[in-house]
Amino acid sequence: MSRIVIICLFIVLFVIIMIPFYAVALSSFKPGESLIRYGLNLSLDFSIMSFDNFIYLFTGEHDYFVWFWNSMTLTIVQVVLTLFVSAFVGYGFAAYDFKGKNFLFICVLLIMMVPFEILLVPLYSLINDLKMVNSYSAIILPGVANAATIFFFRQYLRSIPKEIIQSGRVDGANEYAIYFRLIMPIMKPSFAAMAILNGMNSWNNLLWPFMVLGDQSKFTLPIGLKTLLTPYGNNYDLLIVGSFFSIIPIFILFIAFQKYFIDGMTAGAVKG
Amino acid sequence: MIKKFVYSQKVAPYVFVLPFILIFLLFWFYPLVNSFIMSFQDKMLGQDPKWIGEANYSKLLTDKVFLTSIKNSVVYMLGTLVLLIPFPMLFAVMINSKLMLGREFFKSSFFLPALTSVAVAGTIFRLTFGEMEGSLMNSFLGLFGVEPIKFLKDGEWSMAALLILACWRWTGVNMLYYLSGLKSIDNEYYEAASIDGASAWQKFRTITMPLLKPTTVYVTTISVYAGLAMFTESLMMFNGNNSPKNIGLTIVGFLYRQGIEKNKLGYAAAVGIILLVIAMIINLTQLKFSGMFKKEED
Repeated sequence: MSRIVIICLFIVLFVIIMIPFYAVALSSFKPGESLIRYGLNLSLDFSIMSFDNFIYLFTGEHDYFVWFWNSMTLTIVQVVLTLFVSAFVGYGFAAYDFKGKNFLFICVLLIMMVPFEILLVPLYSLINDLKMVNSYSAIILPGVANAATIFFFRQYLRSIPKEIIQSGRVDGANEYAIYFRLIMPIMKPSFAAMAILNGMNSWNNLLWPFMVLGDQSKFTLPIGLKTLLTPYGNNYDLLIVGSFFSIIPIFILFIAFQKYFIDGMTAGAVKG
Repeated sequence: MIKKFVYSQKVAPYVFVLPFILIFLLFWFYPLVNSFIMSFQDKMLGQDPKWIGEANYSKLLTDKVFLTSIKNSVVYMLGTLVLLIPFPMLFAVMINSKLMLGREFFKSSFFLPALTSVAVAGTIFRLTFGEMEGSLMNSFLGLFGVEPIKFLKDGEWSMAALLILACWRWTGVNMLYYLSGLKSIDNEYYEAASIDGASAWQKFRTITMPLLKPTTVYVTTISVYAGLAMFTESLMMFNGNNSPKNIGLTIVGFLYRQGIEKNKLGYAAAVGIILLVIAMIINLTQLKFSGMFKKEED
């Protein structure tokens, strides 16, 4: 197979992958009624294109930036807590041998294998009993000891030499001081990888937050965008430009931290 | 005294894993057990449950809508397996070959769709598959003289639309998994094969594919999981959980409809248990079949 064939194939694939992004970007300059009539399309009709949607996004009366702010806050708090807790647990699994360790680790693997969706109903009724409906803690808490993240940190920490821990003990540091002062600083790259991956998941999460949050002022961006589509009429002007605008932060994050994204995606997942 | 106890080397590991134990018990084990119990009950939110034995299960097995949802989920899952394993593998091999230019560029651009939320991606594809002549997919098909298709009203077409959405979002991610699998293959195998005069296809079949097996097992496992649990894609594509003749209804969609929309918690819990059993059977068979259990002993 020649080089030209391969490269042509990838260029075609690239174009196919980019068309939806291009169409959204293009459509955010078109009036909503054009979307209702023609759906998403690639026609470059300058006579109907304008900055009206963008002006409306930034000056109009809607909750878009409330949702944006909510998503930001929720993502940051969720990522910080999840990383802190999961790394702590991951270190426990990687650094020690203790009774019940294998059993507990099987529990971690089990969570990774069972679809979260089957817990929707009992978890919702639990949240209801705990009077946590409509609160961000109901979104954050169940995922704070994230199985996949624990698994990743445990894999990562297994490669750290045990001598570091030993030398800490010799110097008289207690077990927690060893973790916080000696181990955590070494973990920086793995924190970056997991922060980005968890951040992406949290920023994009729809189903569980949608079930937990009833109060419009608490909506996150994906929920807000979802509610713009209703059976009674669709607010396409805001929807399309809002969708476009919501992708931008995560794109910037990706471009800035590409390497960590890819590490987080693949490391720990596959061992040959 | 307490401080000394908590600080001792024997107790410390338990302190480290304690957050996991607590979260596991409260938000995973308890709901799961509760789900199992609820599946034998007639229960509404905030009301006392009524024990009805296996009635939920026997009702489910004759519920045509539920059977439709299983069919849709299984077809979707099989579709993602057929489309999202061989092609990403092939693309990864190609992108990894010496002939390739602009490797990093393609790698990252193929990943971009995975960054969009399902809310956004679903909206984009809902509009792409609009039934009007001018919408993206139909105008493309129009170039080949195909009449406009009502994608979201015809079961087979809407399944195709859901699968296209899945391919768009996940091809790049699976390709990355395969690329990291390829990294671990020693180049010497290929050199030895070249000396023996093996063709590119022979090398792919006898070296690359077998050595990528751990990656394939992993990708298959997560695809089975994700395929069976698919819900939000359909929710966005059909602008709600109600599609014409339930053509877009998935198992989780059915669970959501019964449990959350209709408040039949017991019935929905039984759906969850059935889904759990299906997912476990498929994954454990798959893992056993591929000999993965032997590998995990460390």
